[in-house]
Amino acid sequence: MNLLPWTIYLSLGGALLALAAGARSAAAARWLALATAAAGWGVTLVAAARFTPGPGLLTLIDAAWIPELGVRYHLAADGISLTLVVLTGLAATAGVLFSWNVAERTGEYFALYLLLIAGVYGVFLSADALLLFAFYELAIAPKYFLIAIWGSTRREYGAMKLVLYSFAGSALVLAGLLWARAASGAGFDLADLAAGPYTAGQQVGMFALVFLGFAVLAGLFPFHTWAPTGHVAAPTAASMLLAGVVMKLGAYGCLRVALPLFPAGLAVWQPVIAWLAVAGILYAGAVALVQDDFKFVIGYSSVSHMGFVLLGLAAANARAVGGAVLQMFSHGVIAGLLFAVVGRMVYDRTHTRRLRDLRMLPLHRLLPFAAVTFVLAGLASMGLPGFSGFPAELLILVGAWKTSPVWALAAAAGVVLAAAFTLRAMQLAFFGRTGAAAAAPPAPALPPITWPERAGALLLLGASLLIGLRPDLLLNWIGPSLQSPLFQAVLKGGAP
Amino acid sequence: MNSFPWLSVIIFTPWAGALVLVWLRRLGPTASRRLALAFSLSTLGLGLAALAAFHPADPAYQLVERHRWIPALNVEYHLGLDGMSLLLVLLTGLVAPAALLASWRQERAPWLYGLLFLALQGSALGVFLALNFFPWFIFWELSLVPAYFLIKIWGGPGAARAAYQFVIYTIGGSAFLLVGFAAIFAVTGTMDFPALAAGGALAARLGHPWATVAFLGIFLGLAVKVPLFPFHTWLPPAYAEAPTGVSMFLTGVMSKMGVYGFFRLLWPLFPAPLHAAAGTLAWLALGGAVVGALAALVQDDLKRMLAYSSVSHVSFCLLALFAVAAAGPGGGAVSAAAALNGAVLQMFNHGVTAAALFACAGMLEARGAGRRGLHDFGGLRAVAPVFAGLCGVAMFASLGLPGLNGFISEFLILRGVFGLAPGFAAGACLALLLSAVFLLSFYQRVFHGPAGAVARNSTDLSGRERLTLAPAVLVMFLVGLVPQLALGLINPLVTSWVAGGPHP
Repeated sequence: MNLLPWTIYLSLGGALLALAAGARSAAAARWLALATAAAGWGVTLVAAARFTPGPGLLTLIDAAWIPELGVRYHLAADGISLTLVVLTGLAATAGVLFSWNVAERTGEYFALYLLLIAGVYGVFLSADALLLFAFYELAIAPKYFLIAIWGSTRREYGAMKLVLYSFAGSALVLAGLLWARAASGAGFDLADLAAGPYTAGQQVGMFALVFLGFAVLAGLFPFHTWAPTGHVAAPTAASMLLAGVVMKLGAYGCLRVALPLFPAGLAVWQPVIAWLAVAGILYAGAVALVQDDFKFVIGYSSVSHMGFVLLGLAAANARAVGGAVLQMFSHGVIAGLLFAVVGRMVYDRTHTRRLRDLRMLPLHRLLPFAAVTFVLAGLASMGLPGFSGFPAELLILVGAWKTSPVWALAAAAGVVLAAAFTLRAMQLAFFGRTGAAAAAPPAPALPPITWPERAGALLLLGASLLIGLRPDLLLNWIGPSLQSPLFQAVLKGGAP
Repeated sequence: MNSFPWLSVIIFTPWAGALVLVWLRRLGPTASRRLALAFSLSTLGLGLAALAAFHPADPAYQLVERHRWIPALNVEYHLGLDGMSLLLVLLTGLVAPAALLASWRQERAPWLYGLLFLALQGSALGVFLALNFFPWFIFWELSLVPAYFLIKIWGGPGAARAAYQFVIYTIGGSAFLLVGFAAIFAVTGTMDFPALAAGGALAARLGHPWATVAFLGIFLGLAVKVPLFPFHTWLPPAYAEAPTGVSMFLTGVMSKMGVYGFFRLLWPLFPAPLHAAAGTLAWLALGGAVVGALAALVQDDLKRMLAYSSVSHVSFCLLALFAVAAAGPGGGAVSAAAALNGAVLQMFNHGVTAAALFACAGMLEARGAGRRGLHDFGGLRAVAPVFAGLCGVAMFASLGLPGLNGFISEFLILRGVFGLAPGFAAGACLALLLSAVFLLSFYQRVFHGPAGAVARNSTDLSGRERLTLAPAVLVMFLVGLVPQLALGLINPLVTSWVAGGPHP
């Protein structure tokens, strides 16, 4: 476990090296980035192998940082953070593989990319609220440049909107944290902040600020609109990370900070959050059903799937929250894969993302590997059993039913919508021209799928299948973590 | 208990075949077809082996396999075989190879066709053998994927739309089935079918009104799959657009997955809510039997006619179940046993007969150069006497002629339903009469009368086509003349249901 802080340092060091190497050779920067991302992932896996599940955060390092403010450099991990850092390592590695063709300012691209990864690792490992906040901000800045410089459709607009929403959210979080610290009088350490004491009225206010601030980044309806535009504008690997990992930062903040610190606040806001989550699931699903831009379909599907995470958090029992964490992992893998197919495999070759153009191409013939990958990723995204989305959604439905059966029923309609929009996009994009029509006019030849794409796709698909068939690999980490006293105050009901 | 895993072998041999086909995708078309057929035949062979090892007098599960799988969710890999599942495994073993033979001439990517077909076959077998919701639902949902692509890629001109509609309807039902099971898991903490049924009082533990909601969710998922009237609208386009072999499998085996679910899940888990709802549901089943037959009467497209006829005949199984459930434990035991024996046997019989009829439709389509209107043919008997004979047997089996298999199951259903709810039996007789009308007029227009253009250029069945139909026709006679062969497998199970209430 004590290795885990190295994920942050490795990524930061890798960012500097990639910047230096990129000035001479793009290939060197690529390989360096791949080595760094894989090393970070390796560290998380080694830590996971040595991890003994148990309740409570395990401190990794705890040093004074800004004593005047009561801020400490306190990193700690439990099964939940472990799940998410493993996801980060996996997504980062796959993301580098899908960025193999970035030719413009390669060194800077990978430097920013690794900086973003360092920030993400930092958030998942922070046990001090202000430290968490600092890492959170560290992750936002590189996103702006990645989108604005290497992005596509309306990239300045997408980048600006994403950053403004993120900063607005962080301002709310910061206000909430400062208020909490003023009321509690101790430092910013999560354990100190949790000790309170806060009046019920204070908790209602603090919870609203902190939860809403983080939830913006998790794509909570109706504050989700940054997500589809940002995802569409971003270069492929950045969309993969945005949907795959960065949205999880928001959900993680809700889970790690807002829920355990202000249980009385959750009690008041619970129905509001749950209904907003359900509205997000249904609304984003319906919007995804009518998009013409392939990437917008996936962008809205991310909002819809993150609605399940938020619903799980709102249901506030061990099964639902366990399911929410599992869904974070699962969606991170699947959304990454979907963006990789759409952005890297299809768009970089056909230079169009319009479904009405793509349906004119027999893509299943031209890019069979991309077609099979998208079919499998689409099935996973539809929540088909055998893939990781299924146990996650099942647990969320079980937990939601325990708290309020109506939520579970409404969310089930979202499952149907997910099937409808995924199938529609799949049919239009890959199987628009099948049969005799596929051969009729000679189709343009497209560059074949390269090895990094194959490797990245197989990594992500393998992870989704593995967790789909053996969800207990992660649940055994997540379940005991939810038994910690901090979570017990807010969660009702037994093991997930 | 955990000796040699026969049931896993039954399920996974077709899937292994699918993997082999991926591996050997550069093989020539004939070799891939033969390979697929060989793996598909494994089900029949292994099913007969299981039949030999099976003790029919024991209504409990046999050849049980039970392993821990996901302890965190209390999920086990749990398989078991009873008379009903054995009959359905044998049905799959009969229909699947015949379906592959019927689409032998499929020229486009035969290896992919075989791969998807074997994947579909394995999923169906998994549904009939799994006893824990988690694996069961994996098989249940995964069956949609190959079915979707088989319809979409190899189907007729309207296949894309039909396949989409088919999947969305079915997933729509399944989503609510999933919520139903989420609810059950939320209150009981288990997803094991026998454990849930043995625990009893599931409805009481869910509480009012959520027990009804969970019941309706599971009902909806199964009803769409069967399909029960009025959830059947996806079926005619899907059956009509699918390639022949796939239509055979859809009607022969996949529609039984839904009926099986009613017997294995809904009835044992929710006896009281089903008892309360069965009076209404029996009207839906009767409606399906009559409306399906009426709709079949006015179709001109052969495959659509057979599709509606399937809706009608499958409704008989559910009519029997609903009549028994509505009568409850107070109903006549003899009538209930007759109705249930008939219903389970009807699953098998309809599977064999309807698949054979779809095969005949495919053979007609091949002779008519793609046309399959009732008026496109005529006088075929003169040039194709063997075809006329085999198709005639299938047609008479479907309309319930004594001596053939359909008669036994339909007679048992009518006899049982008459003892429990005479009015419904009368209505069902009307549906049978209508069936006879459209089937006979189909046969007359196609095989009798003056020879049309198609008949003049046609030949009789080829060796492969005879091989497709012959086993089914043999089984029709066998079950029709010696019904004990099949009834002996299910009667002890049915008797135990009647005596001790349904157990999954």
